[in-house]
Amino acid sequence: MTHEFLLARYPYVLIAVLIGIGLYGMMIKRNLLKKVIGMAIFQTAIYLLYVQGATKVQGTIPVRVRALGTDAAVYINPLPQVIVLTAIVVGVAITGVALSLLLVAYRKYGTLDEELLLQRMRESA
Amino acid sequence: MSQIPVLIPTSLLLTALLSLLAGLVSRRAGHWIALAGVTLATVLGLMGLAHIWQGGDTVRYALGAWLPPIGIEFVMDPLAAYMVAIILVIGLLVFIFAPKSLALEAPGKEGLAWPAKILVLAGLTGMCLTGDLFNLYVFLEIAALAAYALLGMGSAAGALATFRYLLIGAVGGGFYLIGVAFLYFSAGTLNMADMASLLPELADSRAVQAAGVFMIAGLAIKMALFPFHTWLPDVYTNAPSAVAGLIAPVMTKVSAYAIIRLFLDVFPPGFFVEGIPLLAVVGWVSAAGILYGSILAIGQQDYRRMLAYSSVGQLGYIGLGVALANPLGMIGALLHVLNHALMKGLLFLVGGAVFHRSGRTRIPDWQGVGRRMPWTMGAFTIGALAMVGIPPTAGFFSKWYLLLGSAESGAWIWFGVIVASSLLSAIYFFRVVELIWRNPETDSAAQELAPVPEGRTPASMLFPMAVLSAAIFLAGLLNVAIVRALLSRVAAPLAGG
Repeated sequence: MTHEFLLARYPYVLIAVLIGIGLYGMMIKRNLLKKVIGMAIFQTAIYLLYVQGATKVQGTIPVRVRALGTDAAVYINPLPQVIVLTAIVVGVAITGVALSLLLVAYRKYGTLDEELLLQRMRESA
Repeated sequence: MSQIPVLIPTSLLLTALLSLLAGLVSRRAGHWIALAGVTLATVLGLMGLAHIWQGGDTVRYALGAWLPPIGIEFVMDPLAAYMVAIILVIGLLVFIFAPKSLALEAPGKEGLAWPAKILVLAGLTGMCLTGDLFNLYVFLEIAALAAYALLGMGSAAGALATFRYLLIGAVGGGFYLIGVAFLYFSAGTLNMADMASLLPELADSRAVQAAGVFMIAGLAIKMALFPFHTWLPDVYTNAPSAVAGLIAPVMTKVSAYAIIRLFLDVFPPGFFVEGIPLLAVVGWVSAAGILYGSILAIGQQDYRRMLAYSSVGQLGYIGLGVALANPLGMIGALLHVLNHALMKGLLFLVGGAVFHRSGRTRIPDWQGVGRRMPWTMGAFTIGALAMVGIPPTAGFFSKWYLLLGSAESGAWIWFGVIVASSLLSAIYFFRVVELIWRNPETDSAAQELAPVPEGRTPASMLFPMAVLSAAIFLAGLLNVAIVRALLSRVAAPLAGG
């Protein structure tokens, strides 16, 4: 039962593990840059979830081929892929804004270690 | 008329670009273009609201003539028209207020602030008007990204606080996106109306239930519902007043709107009550948040931090009203969206005006400020009365509906929480009201402070505060009409079940 479940669903298990790793990095890591890395892993796991959901065994790219006809079952669903493209753009923008915010904080306090940063912030306040 | 739903977000997106380009040439030109664009969008929003108010039908627009459910549609129904009008009116008033305030609190960055503010408005109105679940995510992130840029521009401390907001926001958005994936792979559509017609058959599916949990949890994180509020006080305290005055009143409410939309119009009736008791969780968490926010607000010395904790409590009211899952509770929650937007907008602008004149943000330093800034402090007093919930200000009526809703559901603990929190907010607002109207010449403590400099608060700051103060009374007096023309139509699906 368990190994059958794993065989059928292992991509989803791996995606769940990736989401866990990402969340762990965002919450537990003290270095703020590592939090950003955790965020990137978390977002990538979600992209994979969409790509995995759209996959069909023996499916081909969603461009109509005369020999295969219009049977939807032989083409991979293109919509989730498009969603992922949009989501990647959003993810890149979030990462960019996150890094620029960190840059502002780093220039002022000279560190990206969370504890140290908060300590220096209190001292300067 | 049929183009209004799509014209509002797209005209704002275009204005953001034009304002950015014009800002490169001349800072003033950037501001004027931005102001013109927001005014145009506000007029469109109010036209849409007038149409719906007079009993008009829902306006639908299929983007690129791709008919739904294949294409993306924009929908203006009573709920969307109501939210869009609130967002744009507050946005316009803050735009009028902002130039003098930003010049002081984020000097040299105004040229970038205008396009970012318009992007916030475009994202928020887009979220309310879209009829597509994934499109909602895109607008959510447009608004969030522009908000991060705005909130982080004040100081390094603000940038750091915003970074923590960004991390939490990314988790919230990510959870929502996971939920959309589950729904799409279960039902094969992203259109909200189409989804609503397909979901009743799928309501027992694990994937759909998981989707509901992920989406509501993600939006609750974005909404800063207790206990996900931890970023909020630091962000609001360190942001420029004219930015906090825009973000605090509307941003979190629109995530609340998305929860209401999912609950009323996407998932089947009773799904979050019987299938998975998620609403009960939201309700108890909100009740805890109301008490937590109100109690912590009492101890704050910084004016903006006090408002931030008060916001944590006020967001709880909205969560509580939704969780009651009866028409009265829903009407109370929606009315509170409007009232809280007016009150918090006003109070943050007052903070900006006081800082502009005197450079003070600590409440103890506000002693006797009322003698020098009577109009601003008059506006503050009105805002404070409304926050406590004194009739005939707007704040009274939303709480009244929430109390009625709690009584109807027999939720007496929640009833008690609302009453208790009104008393608590009386404590933390009246202590400020008492302080500001002290006579600095006869009061010994006030004498030790340097007097507030002579001068006038600019008209561009007084005007938005005056409009908001008047609106607080108007919303209170007109509450019956608002409920009858708009909100009872929104809450109608709850009346049957």
